Amino acid sequence: MAKDRIRVLVAKPGLDGHDRGAKVVARALRDAGMEVIYTGIRQTPEMIVQSAVQEDVDVVGLSVLSGAHMELFPLIIEGLKQKGKGDALVVAGGIIPDDDIPTLKQMGVKAAFGPGTPTSDIVAFIKKELGAG
Amino acid sequence: MASKNKQEWRETTLAATLKRAPERKDKFDTMSGVELDTVYAPEDLEGFDYARDLAYPGEYPFTRGVQPSMYRGRVWTMREYSGFGTAEDTNQRYHYLLEQGLTALSVAFHLPTQIGYDSDHPLARGEIGKVGVAIETLRDMEILFEAIPLDKVSTSMTINSTCAPVLAMYIAVGKKQGVAPADLNGTVQNDILKEYIARGTYIFPPRPSMRLTTDIISYCRKEVPRWNSISVSGYHIREAGSTAAQEIAFTLANGIAYVQALIDVGLEVDYFAPRISFFQSSHLNFFEEIAKFRALRRLWAKIMRERFQAKDPRSWMFRFHTQTAGVSLTSQQPLNNIVRTAWEALAAALAGTQSLHTNSFDEAYATPSEEAVTAAVRTQQLLAYESGITDVVDPLGGSYYVESLTSRLEREATGYIAKVDSLGGAIAAIEQGYQQREIQDASYRYVRETEEGRRIVVGVNEFVSPFPKITGLLRVDPEVERRQKERTAQVKKERDNSKVEQTLKRLEDLARGTDNTMPAFLECVEAYATLGEMCDVLRKVFGTQKEFLAF
Repeated sequence: MAKDRIRVLVAKPGLDGHDRGAKVVARALRDAGMEVIYTGIRQTPEMIVQSAVQEDVDVVGLSVLSGAHMELFPLIIEGLKQKGKGDALVVAGGIIPDDDIPTLKQMGVKAAFGPGTPTSDIVAFIKKELGAG
Repeated sequence: MASKNKQEWRETTLAATLKRAPERKDKFDTMSGVELDTVYAPEDLEGFDYARDLAYPGEYPFTRGVQPSMYRGRVWTMREYSGFGTAEDTNQRYHYLLEQGLTALSVAFHLPTQIGYDSDHPLARGEIGKVGVAIETLRDMEILFEAIPLDKVSTSMTINSTCAPVLAMYIAVGKKQGVAPADLNGTVQNDILKEYIARGTYIFPPRPSMRLTTDIISYCRKEVPRWNSISVSGYHIREAGSTAAQEIAFTLANGIAYVQALIDVGLEVDYFAPRISFFQSSHLNFFEEIAKFRALRRLWAKIMRERFQAKDPRSWMFRFHTQTAGVSLTSQQPLNNIVRTAWEALAAALAGTQSLHTNSFDEAYATPSEEAVTAAVRTQQLLAYESGITDVVDPLGGSYYVESLTSRLEREATGYIAKVDSLGGAIAAIEQGYQQREIQDASYRYVRETEEGRRIVVGVNEFVSPFPKITGLLRVDPEVERRQKERTAQVKKERDNSKVEQTLKRLEDLARGTDNTMPAFLECVEAYATLGEMCDVLRKVFGTQKEFLAF
């Protein structure tokens, strides 16, 4: 069965206001035919989980540049599971040291895209994971 | 035979070559999209008047520099924006940097300090000691500057919506060290408007925020006269993806809004304007950046003299700090970042910056390690002491290309400023999402051009190769959060809580009225009120601001 348009939540957890990357990715995903909801900055884990549930998204993209990812991502992933959204594909972007990536993957973050990643790679990854490519 | 003009040369000499060997691309342009000719010549400077458009350094319109002798007198101030963990961790890093030959400090605060939350606030989760140092009470600030005499060092603090309480802490530390406010040297960013446009650490709506801004500037003018009480910042506008012309225009449009606000509270322009400073980005496109800085100087001089009728030449001077473009750093092949940063720094130095921060090569991964920040400091020292560029003022002045590009960027920026004016000024335009939308469009355009292969990013879309994993990244110890919370709890136990309540009440009263709030902040700080407590009072009085335009 052909899937409807992929629905993506692009979210900025934590306090950092660096939103260039999140906005560029949001726009690129939209241009690639996906339905994109962008939360804006300064979202708590609870707010992000709520948006993901409300918007019934397939993908949650988390952008953090402040280094708060190890504390905030588990809260979001746990919240998604609790609200029955554990099947959403979670991907991350921002300033994330390589050493954190294995731990993030264990938590359930499927990929981390650092600065310089072409948006086409992100689009391809999401489509492949959702079997829509 | 030599051509008489560019047109003739184009049709003869150039055309003959192009027939044999076409150019690499159909179109050559700067990273901001300014289309470039093959060569620049006298006809590109038609109507150019040396005295009017350039003049000698230290003279209006200061295109060639604000000081007559520039780096022959003193090279630029070398600062490295830094802060992480607790005040002890950062104090140690400052001592290290001063030992490496830096002469000035630049404080990075963690986000809760920048947005007015104490470490025990739920919104501060995961952010303690990240991207900057945790400062909540005067006790933290005392430790931050332990054994750093505040009359000997110049300190820049990147602080905006919480500028008033943080500056009050700095003044209070000075007093404890026996340094009078009049002997303090430094800068606070205190530029709230670009926070709404690009950087995101606002708390209150623009209008009460502007009142705090003018309170700080007028207080400093009287009590801390050597302090640069505002640093109008284009850096974050550029980092958010603007073009060079937009960086010029939106910075200066914000500058215009501040000058107008200060005039509106009854101050004479020449009373405060000499203390206004600026902060810009130096991005990848070498000549465009040099032209941008020169255009900024010329345009600001004209604005101050013609629009605001300032008479004091110091009011006309565009004095600026530069940081190399963080957004140009790549996580791929990270050592390349040292080279990118070096030529970005070179552009700023060739264009006469007053101070400079060079980024560290590991910043696409983490806050800089000691090794990485040392390489960044050395880059500045190499430029200043080995390259010879500091020996002559404005060495590129008179270049057909640089002058033509300077004028072109000035014209384009003037158009944007007119547009902002027509929307009702910088604040009204921000409320309508104008600058935000323009920047987003430019940012996306640039990414598209890169991804379509129109622009090469070495190690990213060309010359890709495996690279060794970067090691020795700075990690903020998870213990930092516990230690920070403990210290604030201890301060709260030891302080006189009735005194705290009394000073917070006075802050609230002043915030509701129109008198300058700075003395009340100083009293709160000296009673060891926390930053969160002071900001809660202001949130109650001023309300809070939501994001103007998300996407």
